Amino acid sequence: MEVIPLLKQLTEADGIAGYEGPIRELVRQTWQPFVDEMREDKLGNLIALRRGTGPEPRPKLMLAAHMDEIGLMVTGLEKGFLRITRVGGTDRRVLLGLEVIVHGQQDMPGIVATRPPHVLPEAERKASVPWDKLFVDVGLPAEEVERLVTVGDLISIRRETVELKNRRVAGKAMDDRACVAAVTLALEQLAGVRHAWDVYAVATVQEETGLKGAMTSAYGVAPDLAVALDVTFGKHPGVPDVDAWPLGEGPTLGTGPNFHPGLVKRLKEVAEAHEIPCHMEAVPGRSGTDAWAIQVTREGVPTALVAIPLRYMHQPVETLAAQDVERAGRLLAAFIAGLEADFLDRLTWDGTAAR
Amino acid sequence: MILKELAEAIGVSGDEGGARAVVLGAVREHVDEVKVDALGNVLALKRGTGEQPLRVMVAAHMDEIGLMVTGHDGDGFLRVAAVGGIDARLLPGSFLQVGPERIPGVIGLKPVHLLREKEDQEVSKIEDLVVDVGASSKDEAKKLAPLGTYAAFTTPFRELGPTVSGKAFDDRAGCAVLVELVRGERFGFDLHAVFTVQEEVGLRGAQVAAYAIEPHCAFVLEGTIADDTPKDKDVSPTTELGKGPAITVMDRSFIADRRLVRLLTDTAQALGIPYQFKQPGIGGTDAGTIHLTREGVPSATVAVPCRYIHSPVTMLSLDDFNNTVRLMRESLSRLTRETLS
Repeated sequence: MEVIPLLKQLTEADGIAGYEGPIRELVRQTWQPFVDEMREDKLGNLIALRRGTGPEPRPKLMLAAHMDEIGLMVTGLEKGFLRITRVGGTDRRVLLGLEVIVHGQQDMPGIVATRPPHVLPEAERKASVPWDKLFVDVGLPAEEVERLVTVGDLISIRRETVELKNRRVAGKAMDDRACVAAVTLALEQLAGVRHAWDVYAVATVQEETGLKGAMTSAYGVAPDLAVALDVTFGKHPGVPDVDAWPLGEGPTLGTGPNFHPGLVKRLKEVAEAHEIPCHMEAVPGRSGTDAWAIQVTREGVPTALVAIPLRYMHQPVETLAAQDVERAGRLLAAFIAGLEADFLDRLTWDGTAAR
Repeated sequence: MILKELAEAIGVSGDEGGARAVVLGAVREHVDEVKVDALGNVLALKRGTGEQPLRVMVAAHMDEIGLMVTGHDGDGFLRVAAVGGIDARLLPGSFLQVGPERIPGVIGLKPVHLLREKEDQEVSKIEDLVVDVGASSKDEAKKLAPLGTYAAFTTPFRELGPTVSGKAFDDRAGCAVLVELVRGERFGFDLHAVFTVQEEVGLRGAQVAAYAIEPHCAFVLEGTIADDTPKDKDVSPTTELGKGPAITVMDRSFIADRRLVRLLTDTAQALGIPYQFKQPGIGGTDAGTIHLTREGVPSATVAVPCRYIHSPVTMLSLDDFNNTVRLMRESLSRLTRETLS
């Protein structure tokens, strides 16, 4: 598969946290040819299984990439304009002048707006617009808006994904559809490859609102190992170097309490053996990803995090390097192909077996 | 639809070529003469049917606000400055078209996760923002977008029902109205239809065009501020969508000639065309320089109300647009020497 068209398709689809229907259907269709079974759990996670070839009972690896995106929701109607709040960590500073789609009785194009600067007092003009001064305008008469829209209706960002120079790609929802793309590429590469472990590829829900899909899907799958995939901060002016990674130099591997050092070491060795560039990323505490929830499911799961550097996180111009998505996919596929049936016996703490 | 073509054309102040091409294509066959002057204004003449016809200048500006590349960052980013008045709150999160090749670019901010306390309430100044075209080095950035390269918004034109949205309705809406007037019947007077440049940086194209034409009177067609959106205090909106073309009595650039204003309102009332007055004292238009040309030119401004002007997406009502065309056509056809006496 070509990664840029895949990214475009996945990122342009709708799927705000809690309402992932459209993206789930798209991921289901995309993964269908590469997996043996698929099911949906009670929260809406899509759980796909690629069976391994080792003797039963086979150990289980879970891959997690979240398919939900951040968005907006209607909180009130005022003279035909919509008052809004965020679903997930939507960045308020970049909403002005944005085109959106209001999912009311029908889908309506709209604009996020506020009062023009010339009618504002000086102090207000210099501050970023607070939530209660933002509204969405769908350009219809008030009576019609009242008929078509109600409190609680969702509003998604309308953004076409665009290719920049050097195979960089910009759009909305790269967080975390880029990693759904990476998992897709890995599944494609595993077709026709023998691997010992059962692989559960999970497109999780509601990561943006509290890692909730990761909790329930990890409980349901009960994996022996897990690798979560998410985005990390890409370098650009204003972001301190210690907090960000260059675009185009490969994914990062998280190191810190959230991750099992033995598992991280294995991923690093695979990357080196296959000449896949990657950087280590120091995460002293919460990783802010599905890995944080998965690690403490049931009796605990050795977990790792592969992350793709992304500029402008949570803004509708999220930018990454397509090469990094490809590398993350290749890393996963190579890791899975080489995962021996008794890997868990070798995964020890100070010489003591993990189970 | 001419408004769609005009809105989607690119023409930032000083680099109006994209819009100029659409304008020339639209008016060429409907006028007797057309030329492009030293600043890039399009001056089109549709001769009048009467004896010793008056010279009436009707102007709309082709330029839109945008950005200009002023420098290149070490990692391949572009530094920019505003061309015309841009509300800096609007730039982060936008897509741009950079340069004649329309290279896609984006403006993003330091992610909210990495901000220190209170930093999220600040509005970044334009000189602190960067444009990302995906370049991986300063040299590459310089080659792709040398100093002085223009960048514009990319918003497509959309039909929302009774309203439409798109970029640059200030003043491609005015240009569209003018194109419709040019495409109609001849008037008694010589119609000097001028599509001006550089309005957004000081009403400059209009100034030289008015000097060249030496009109007896002038009308300026604009897209003006509609502020009929929710607010805390009940203040008069500058104009409102759906209430018809907005007539200026006074703004920050000029006081409209009373005789021309009366012509407009008399015509509107006689024919039942809705109209509104723009709240006095706000904004400025090409009339600001036109009315002071040589020894003075009686002038008036009529505008299509537009929400969110000077933002990447603006909105107007199709009824207002059509009523503006109608009001202008009918008023102009009633314009005689007596009007100005």
